[in-house]
Amino acid sequence: MALGPVKSGKGEPGQAEFAPEQGFLRAIARDTRLAFRSKGEVIQALVFFVVVVSLFPLAIGPETALLKRIAPGVVWVAALLSVLLTLPRLFASDYQDGTLEQLMLSPFPLPVMVAGKMGAHWLASGLPLALIAPLLGLQFGLDSRELGVLVASLILGTPILSMLGAIGAALTLGVRGGSILVALLILPLYIPVLIFGAGAVEAVAAGMDYGANLSLLGAGLLIGGLTTPFAVAAAVKISLD
Amino acid sequence: MNIYKYASPATFYPLAGRLIPWFAVLAAMLAAVGLYLGLYLAPPDFQQGEVYRIIFIHVPTAWMAMIIYLVMAAYGVMALSFNARLSSMMMEALAPTGAMFTVLALWTGALWGKPTWGAYWVWDARMTSTLILLFLYVGYIALTHAIEDKKRADKAGALLVIVGSVNVPIIYFSVKWWNTLHQGASVSVTSGSKMASMMALGMLVMALACWMYAIAVALVRVRAIIIERELENGGAANWLNTLDTQDMQVGLGKPRQLTR
Repeated sequence: MALGPVKSGKGEPGQAEFAPEQGFLRAIARDTRLAFRSKGEVIQALVFFVVVVSLFPLAIGPETALLKRIAPGVVWVAALLSVLLTLPRLFASDYQDGTLEQLMLSPFPLPVMVAGKMGAHWLASGLPLALIAPLLGLQFGLDSRELGVLVASLILGTPILSMLGAIGAALTLGVRGGSILVALLILPLYIPVLIFGAGAVEAVAAGMDYGANLSLLGAGLLIGGLTTPFAVAAAVKISLD
Repeated sequence: MNIYKYASPATFYPLAGRLIPWFAVLAAMLAAVGLYLGLYLAPPDFQQGEVYRIIFIHVPTAWMAMIIYLVMAAYGVMALSFNARLSSMMMEALAPTGAMFTVLALWTGALWGKPTWGAYWVWDARMTSTLILLFLYVGYIALTHAIEDKKRADKAGALLVIVGSVNVPIIYFSVKWWNTLHQGASVSVTSGSKMASMMALGMLVMALACWMYAIAVALVRVRAIIIERELENGGAANWLNTLDTQDMQVGLGKPRQLTR
């Protein structure tokens, strides 16, 4: 899969080849393709998510009212942990075989390529989680409105988790104790996302307005999308030099 | 006078050594005055009686915990933009002190909470945010210790602290939101404007004392870090020999015999 400029059939040579959008599309297409090639990894993260969510009723008891109350928090924390577990995949294999260095040297801006990788990571981890969450919400007795808001909050929130997690993954490239270290670094930064994500579902469960929570998640997504690629690119450069 | 020459660890080392006694003595004197003000001169609180006096440790340490993180972030910006080793060393020197102040703030806060609110821990916005700040400190220390290459560790730590400091207001805001939504315990710390002037003065003096202490400790620690790094680089022998023997003894004990 070519990462550098490829002669496009149309237009003059040297025109659209180095456009940043091209780089973004190539990066996201490549990484998504690679991620879904080993479907096992994607499914493992999903299964981990389901198992962790199922642990809570086993630990706390099947009392419906209690489960309904803790459902948003439990699902969100499990989503957090599942995304954390998939973070090493973001850069590790590219770092090991030297592709990451080539990405740094490519004519496309590194923030753009890194944004593509983060997008692909979300497509392979956050999005499946968000899509399977309604089933888990049913296990906990959430009704359809709450399930809808749960999915919405996850779809808005999990990209932010991928973006912040990418910072942690890039900073700890090749460092021993990687996974736990990334968790230690990134979990404090995840806390606002957790608060607003779970808060949205709790608000709708309590009959209150959930728009503020979702709006703040959306704002976080926009700000994260604009700033984290630069932070991750800086982190990658730090780790590779 | 060219102050930029002190940006080199080799020249900063003796300067730090000369400054440490001043800051240490200042810290001790300010602490004595502050504690006298707080424990003896300040009147008992209308609601809480004598137990409020823990505020003279709790609030200054909480302030220092936050200020030190911001100072670390400033050093981080300098380390990344100027590629300055000494800035990263100062960051590394401040981190344990910042973490210690955070732990002290949480601990004294819990001790204060039990007699006043009835519980050691109540998950109010400030307490929770301070706990998260502790996690940020610990994360920085863990990252810089895990990476073996010092240059990479410095820059990675700097980036982490900068990202963390940008997030601190977001975290505080979100925790405050979470707290008000979930109807946390109706706690209210005595607000500054209603505080008796003696209490406010005592808190201010103690805050200055903590600040002087933090500077003194950070300077001692940065001297140790400078020596450690020079030893790692192998250039220590020549450089250490250029130092005055007297200066070596400040904070280091007897100088090592490095040449025959």
